[in-house]
Amino acid sequence: MAHPKRKTSKTRRDKRRTHYKATMPALGVCSNCGATIKMHTVCNECGHYRGKLAVEKEVTA
Amino acid sequence: MRHRKKFNHLSRTSAHRKAMLSNMASSLILHKRIKTTVAKAKALRMYVEPLINKSKTDNTHSRRIVFSHLQNKEAVSELFREVSEKVANRPGGYTRILKLGNRQGDAAEVCFIELVDFNENMLSDKADGEKKRTRRSRRGGGAKKTTTPATEPTAKAVEAAEETKEDKASDSEEKKEE
Repeated sequence: MAHPKRKTSKTRRDKRRTHYKATMPALGVCSNCGATIKMHTVCNECGHYRGKLAVEKEVTA
Repeated sequence: MRHRKKFNHLSRTSAHRKAMLSNMASSLILHKRIKTTVAKAKALRMYVEPLINKSKTDNTHSRRIVFSHLQNKEAVSELFREVSEKVANRPGGYTRILKLGNRQGDAAEVCFIELVDFNENMLSDKADGEKKRTRRSRRGGGAKKTTTPATEPTAKAVEAAEETKEDKASDSEEKKEE
């Protein structure tokens, strides 16, 4: 079986990791209350989804 | 290879998974809306929708088939009494999944799964959408065409508007997944 000849240096390891990036989630604005929401989720503030009341406030919290 | 592995095993043995889905299905039928993770909700959707379909024909045989899946007397009678009545005109798609974001603790994606016909808030302005039935199959389409044209122009306009909206939504979803 093949084996690594050298330990991977810190530089090489860190260079590889420069491509590991966090991606921004897709955000939108609630059409009812204007709060920032994650796309395709019920609004956390007012419980509306696509302009309609989906979840009453007590239940969301 | 994951060829033809269609359903989610949910990290459970077959018996465990079946028991869980059976319990969840009973709860959904009794309470109309339950809170769970998105993965489980999607698995549950595949499990309950055929059972709700079965409830449309009320006879001993279909009741026994449904009972074998639910193992809950109350849920079966609720399904055949209340649910089947409300669901009668709906050609499939009895459940809705509403995503609620990630929960504290394990950051799992949480959602509500509910029976579409029991959420009055979401139903109200969809009443007109229920009437028009779209048939995608070409078989038997000719007969329908002669009956629909009278209502078609307005319905089409609404449909087109909805489609563009949905397209945008699905586009952004795809971006997110990438």
